Amino acid sequence: MKRFSYVLVTAFLSSLPTLAFGAGTVDGGTKQAVNWVAIGMFVAFVAFTLCITYWAAKRTASAADFYSAGGGITGFQNGLAIAGDYMSAASFLGISGLVYTSGYDGLIYSVGWLVGWPIVTFLIAEQLRNLGKFTFADVTSFRLEQTQIRILAACGSLVTVAFYLIAQMVGAGKLIQLLFGLDYWIAVVLVGGLMMIYVTFGGMKATTWVQIIKAVLLLMGATFMAGAVLYKFGFSPEALFAKATQVHPKKMAIMEPGSLISNPLSAISLGLALMFGTAGLPHILMRFFTVKDAKAARKSVFYATGFIGYFYILTFIIGFGAIVLVSTDPAFLDASILEKTKSGIAAIKGGSNMAAIHLANAVGGNLFLGFISAVAFATILAVVSGLALAGASSISHDIYAMVIKDGKANEQDEIRVSKIATLFLGVLAIILGIIFENQNVAFMVGLAFAIAASCNFPVLVTSIFWKGLTTRGALIGGFLGLISAVVGVILSPAVWEVTLGNPKGSAPVTLDNPALFSMTLAFIGIWLFSVLDRSARAKVDRGGFDAQYVRCQTGIGASGAATH
Amino acid sequence: MDLSSHERIEQDPNYQELVRQRSSLGWTLSLIMLVIYFGFILLVAYAPKFLGTPLGTGVTTIGIPIGLFVIVSAFVLTGIYVSKANAKYDVLTRRIVEGYRP
Repeated sequence: MKRFSYVLVTAFLSSLPTLAFGAGTVDGGTKQAVNWVAIGMFVAFVAFTLCITYWAAKRTASAADFYSAGGGITGFQNGLAIAGDYMSAASFLGISGLVYTSGYDGLIYSVGWLVGWPIVTFLIAEQLRNLGKFTFADVTSFRLEQTQIRILAACGSLVTVAFYLIAQMVGAGKLIQLLFGLDYWIAVVLVGGLMMIYVTFGGMKATTWVQIIKAVLLLMGATFMAGAVLYKFGFSPEALFAKATQVHPKKMAIMEPGSLISNPLSAISLGLALMFGTAGLPHILMRFFTVKDAKAARKSVFYATGFIGYFYILTFIIGFGAIVLVSTDPAFLDASILEKTKSGIAAIKGGSNMAAIHLANAVGGNLFLGFISAVAFATILAVVSGLALAGASSISHDIYAMVIKDGKANEQDEIRVSKIATLFLGVLAIILGIIFENQNVAFMVGLAFAIAASCNFPVLVTSIFWKGLTTRGALIGGFLGLISAVVGVILSPAVWEVTLGNPKGSAPVTLDNPALFSMTLAFIGIWLFSVLDRSARAKVDRGGFDAQYVRCQTGIGASGAATH
Repeated sequence: MDLSSHERIEQDPNYQELVRQRSSLGWTLSLIMLVIYFGFILLVAYAPKFLGTPLGTGVTTIGIPIGLFVIVSAFVLTGIYVSKANAKYDVLTRRIVEGYRP
C-alpha cells in the first residue's frame, strides 16, 4: 500500500504546477480561459475516485478481483456501469452537437446505438455469463482449439480497443484544452496517467465504481439541463421545436433526416455496425463477468437499456435547447465566424461538440458549467479506464495465461502481466494521442464498431448457437471480417478522401461504414470453412457443442460467486 | 461437466422446456427488434420526406414519435424478456440444477 500512497501523492503534486501552468497560456480562441470552478470540481472528482481506487486496491488480490471485481457487482450497479461505458464523451457531446447542427440526424445515431442492447439481452448476456470467466474469448474458445481462437479474439479485442482508445484520447485532449485551458499534451498525459492509476491499482472494482459515479453525475447533469430547457418552453416540446426551426438556418429541414446519410446502402451498413458492434465491444462484454449469475447479467442489460435510452432522449432535447439558447447568444459565438457565415450554428465557439457545454452555462451559469465540464472530463477518464482494462485482460488472460503458459499461469504472475500491459497501453495511448492530435479521428469510433461487428460478434454468436462451427471456420471467418473491415474503412470516403487527402470522389469504396460487406464476409467465411472442414479437430469442435449448450442454458459448472 | 451428466440433463423435461421457451422468445424478440430498427433505417434511407411530414399544423414531424417509438420499444422488449426470464426460466433452471445434484 505504501507504493500506492506514493503514487497518489505524486499524482496530486504533479497536477498542481500543471494547472497553474495552464493559466498563462490562452491562445487565439482555440483555448478558453482557465475555468477554476470546473478545475475545482474535477479535482474533487479525481480525489474521490482515487480514494475509491485505494479502497479497491486493498480488496483486489486474486485474478477474479482484478478482472471481474470478484463477481460482486449487483445487476443494478452493473447496469449503471454499462450505461456509463456507453455514455462516453463522444455520445454526450457528439450527439448533442450533431442535433445542434443537423437536428433529426442526431436521433438516427442515438437509435442505432441503443438497439444493440436488446440483442445483447436476448442472445448474449446470460450465455456469456454462463460460459465465460474473464474475457469473451473464454466463450469463443470453450470448445474450439484454445491457442488459435484466443489469438483471433485478442487481435479483435486489441484492434477494437486501440481505435476506440485513440479516438477517446484525441477527443479528451481537445475537450480539456477547451474546457480547462490546459495544453493538449498535458491533458493527454493527465488522462493517460490517471487511467493507469485506476486500472493497475484498483482493477475492475475501481474501474466499475468510477464508471458508476460518473454515470450518476452525468445522468443528473443531463436531466437538469434538459429539464431547464423544457421549463423555458412550458414543458412543451412543440414550442421548443417551433422556436428551433425559426432560428436554425436549415429551418424545417432539422425536423427530418438530412444529408448525414449519403445513400441508402450507407444507412443500412451504418445501422448494422451500430447494432451488432455493441454486441462485440470487449470492454462492454467483460462487464457481464462482474455480476454473480446469469440472472444479474440479464437484469443489468435491462437497467442499462433504460438509462441509455433515457439519456439519448435527453441529449436530443439538449441539442435542440442549444439551437435556441446558444446559437442566438453572441456570448457563445465567435464574432469573426459569425460575420462571415451569418449563422449562429456555424459560429459556435469551440465547434459543435461544445453545444452541450455552452448550454450548461446558458441554463445554469458558471457553477453548472463547471459541473458539466468536470463530468465530461470524468466521462473520458472512466471510459478509457474500461478500455485499458479490457485490452490488458486480453493480453494477460488470453495471450499470456492461456496461449503462452497454456492455461497453467501462476495467478499472481497473470495479474502482474496485466498491470504491465495496462502501463504499456497507457503509454501507447498517450503517444498515439499526441501523434494523432491534428488528425481527423472521427472515423475511428465507427471503425471500432465495424470491427466489433465483423470479427468479435460473428465468432461469438456462432460459437454459442451453431453446432457446426469449427476452429478453422471461426479463424478464417473472423480474420476475413477483421481485415475486410479495416481495409473497407481505409478505402472509404471518410479516410481515403478526408484523412489521406485524395481527390473527392476517388474513394474505391462508397460505403462510409464497411459493416454491410465485412459482416457478411465474416459470416459466409465462418459457415463455408466450417462446413468444408473435415479435420480431426473439427470433430472435437462439433462434439463439444452439446455439453457447452447445456452449461450455456443452465449455468451448471459456470464460474460462480464462490470460486469467483 | 463430464459427458454423461450433460446427456442426463438433456433428457430432463424441465431442460427441454427451458431451451424451447428461451430460444423461441429470444429469437422472436430479436427478430421484432431487427424489423423495427431496420424498418426505421429504411424509412431514413428511402423515405426521409415521409419522416418530415408535420403532425397537424405544428412543426413536430412524424419522425419524432417514430424515433421515440424505436427507443421505447428497445426498452420494452428487453423488459418483456427479463420479466419472462425472471418468472419462468429461473424456476426451470433451479429445478434442473436440483435434479442434477446427486
